[in-house]
Amino acid sequence: MPTPDAATLRRRAEIIADMRQIVPGEGVVDAVNEMRAFESDGLTAYRQLPLVVVLPETTRQVSKILKYCDERDIRVVPRGSGTSLSGGALPLEDAVLLVMSRFNEILEIDYMNRVVVAQPGVTNLGITRAVEDDGFYYAPDPSSQIACSIGGNVAENSGGVHCLKYGLTANNVLGIEMVLMNGEVVRLGGKHLDSEGYDLLGVMTGSEGLLGVVTEVTVRILKKPETARALLIGFPTSEQGGQCVADIIGAGIIPGGMEMMDRPAIHAAEDFVHAGYPLECEALLIVELDGPGVEVDHLIGLVEAIALRNDSTTCRISTSDQERLSFWAGRKAAFPAVGRISPDYYCMDGTIPRKELPKVLAGMRSLSEQYGLRVANVFHAGDGNLHPLILYDANKPGELEKAEGFGADILRLCVKVGGVLTGEHGVGVEKRDLMPEMFSEADLDQQMRVKCAFDPNHLLNPGKVFPQLRRCAELGRMHIHAGKMPFPDIPRF
Amino acid sequence: MTLYEPEELVLSARAGTPLSEIEKMLAERGQELAFEPMDFGPLLGGAAGRGTIGGTLAANLSGPRRIRAGAARDHILGIHAVSGRGEAFKSGGRVVKNVTGYDLSKVMAGSWGTLAVATDVTFKVLPAAETETTLVLPGLYDDAAVAAMALAMGSSAEVSGAAHLPEMVAAQVGEGALAGGAATLLRIEGFGPSVDYRVKHLREAFGGDARFDEISGDRSKALWRAVRDCLPFADGSQKPVWRMSMAPSEAHKAIMALRMAAAVEVFYDWAGGLAWLRMEGEPEAELLRGLIKKFGGGHATLVRASVADRAAIPVFEPQPPALAALSVRLKEQFDPQNILNPGRMG
Repeated sequence: MPTPDAATLRRRAEIIADMRQIVPGEGVVDAVNEMRAFESDGLTAYRQLPLVVVLPETTRQVSKILKYCDERDIRVVPRGSGTSLSGGALPLEDAVLLVMSRFNEILEIDYMNRVVVAQPGVTNLGITRAVEDDGFYYAPDPSSQIACSIGGNVAENSGGVHCLKYGLTANNVLGIEMVLMNGEVVRLGGKHLDSEGYDLLGVMTGSEGLLGVVTEVTVRILKKPETARALLIGFPTSEQGGQCVADIIGAGIIPGGMEMMDRPAIHAAEDFVHAGYPLECEALLIVELDGPGVEVDHLIGLVEAIALRNDSTTCRISTSDQERLSFWAGRKAAFPAVGRISPDYYCMDGTIPRKELPKVLAGMRSLSEQYGLRVANVFHAGDGNLHPLILYDANKPGELEKAEGFGADILRLCVKVGGVLTGEHGVGVEKRDLMPEMFSEADLDQQMRVKCAFDPNHLLNPGKVFPQLRRCAELGRMHIHAGKMPFPDIPRF
Repeated sequence: MTLYEPEELVLSARAGTPLSEIEKMLAERGQELAFEPMDFGPLLGGAAGRGTIGGTLAANLSGPRRIRAGAARDHILGIHAVSGRGEAFKSGGRVVKNVTGYDLSKVMAGSWGTLAVATDVTFKVLPAAETETTLVLPGLYDDAAVAAMALAMGSSAEVSGAAHLPEMVAAQVGEGALAGGAATLLRIEGFGPSVDYRVKHLREAFGGDARFDEISGDRSKALWRAVRDCLPFADGSQKPVWRMSMAPSEAHKAIMALRMAAAVEVFYDWAGGLAWLRMEGEPEAELLRGLIKKFGGGHATLVRASVADRAAIPVFEPQPPALAALSVRLKEQFDPQNILNPGRMG
């Protein structure tokens, strides 16, 4: 992480007093025991107390805080609900931790335009809850949806099990209000579609809190599908499971959800929730189809035939919503189930072209032997997003480092077969140093130049995403050929 | 085309590949670019079918299905490009789920060639619908049509196109199929049995006694192509044409106010959120943009006008100062010498 700025640390008392001027009442937290609650996010291996925690309530306060910090070279780390799995909200010793949880109101529900306007601290599920009595819902459903905030979803471009059919956050957010590091407030998009200028909303989505602080979000809501039914299909090999997925999509079917688990994950889940999973298979596929009943019934028949052609050993079809949910129970409990069979686990998040699954699983098996650590896999099969869970024991010296090494090798493998480092958890601190595996220096420089347009002093969430920070002036360097400056008579400073 | 894997739903091509070639190849495998990119050719007095896949991204094209499936920005997975600095860079990849680094592919969408020159693009492709049917509600005024489209979009019929053609426009499309008054069009696409069911569901949502015509198959496709490509205004003239995006419930209000002061032909797509306007006299940029602000915001782009008008009027919606300054800073980071399409955007 960047070296803490000694001058800022020395001025801590003064900064806290100034923050209290901007956010009166209980919105400034500086006692060590109270700041403990904020010392890490979902990536709990990393912990750090911030300089001070500030919980603003209005856009005006956010603007004042950022302007104050920008003028005094003070770093700021924004935080939503703190559920990041990549350390995106990890505090810095010399940074103000800007917690957006008091922005927790739904501002408008507009059925005529099918949008909800919410403050960023509203939870993902909170949006669906606000409209479900009228038959609507918000489509992206990250597994942390009960806790994660919609502002955090924008920062991470969160997905979920339904995103092959319904898209990611980027495809479901229509507008935001945001505050730049210099305190300026800008609105991007709104209830209308597309941008009048550059697609800055597209850049902001998934920018991991490095470009601006979101203070309002407009999302589109959809009518809930009439019905949903699921198939639970077992295969003797992961190749056959993978081929079944390819054949379903090749037949023109885009399921609402399509999830695969490997043998260790199946066994862990079954031992935990007794979902009735078949234990003899190597790959278990859950295919959920949603829409009008007549369409779902039609597609269930097609998928069943495809499964049989791929030598499925078991194929159960849900006949009630209760049975459908029981198919999901094991998958949804996969993480805690793995938590039961190992003191600690480390969740990875690569994406691969689907057809490479057998190769990547085989590679993981040999890495597992090499590192002497077990691994269980759950896989968003429709979109190629893989979540290997590496089992380790943090109390054994050196084992966390071993798990991290194993994880990094898995991600390198994903990149090698044409995939990417992170599908939905973000780069954060965790995968920062792996960025050069996927991007050249020129690629990363161009990304950092985008950062310079928003936050030229690198004060917002520094130390995340980029393996090395370069001053913006340095990035703007001129190429000098054979010692000749372009336009030599123009004065330069 | 450098890569097409139907089972992986992915296609890569050099930026200059003709869109028509790509669409033909996809159709052979029952797939398509789900965002239904429009073809500006006929509206601008040129031939149809001359666009490229790189241009599709640069102009962030979309069509009637924008309301369900998004625009080019929602389907681009990765790019290779050369910035105004002459530096080659890439962003994204070939998989749908990817949050590795900033999404520079999206910045390229709708940047009209002002930031970088795309050399290779990778798009998500999707299965094309097996069949489609269009329900036609005849004789509605704009406000009633917008309410009807909102009702349809709020139903579980999964409507994939919702357009309203006032009488003068309706008479010019569908080879007379819609003659005799205004036509509000609702498109339903999918598997055969599902389409039949949802058509019935939608009829019920409007109450059993509502009058509907049904248009299916190729006739339905032709109708939506006309809406997509703004064919009613492809009249070979230079009369100013605006493409205006607002909240679906508000656009017709701004247009009603505009009609008080200017002669204009209008039709709506995107459940009322997209309005195409052909001005019979001056472009009336200030008047129109004032009304957009008054009715909740949005933007209008002057997509056709005489050379003189295009030189005198900002064709893109002017931005508030802080946002405009941010756009300039972004442009400078890609193209500091302002050599790419100078004078447009940023």
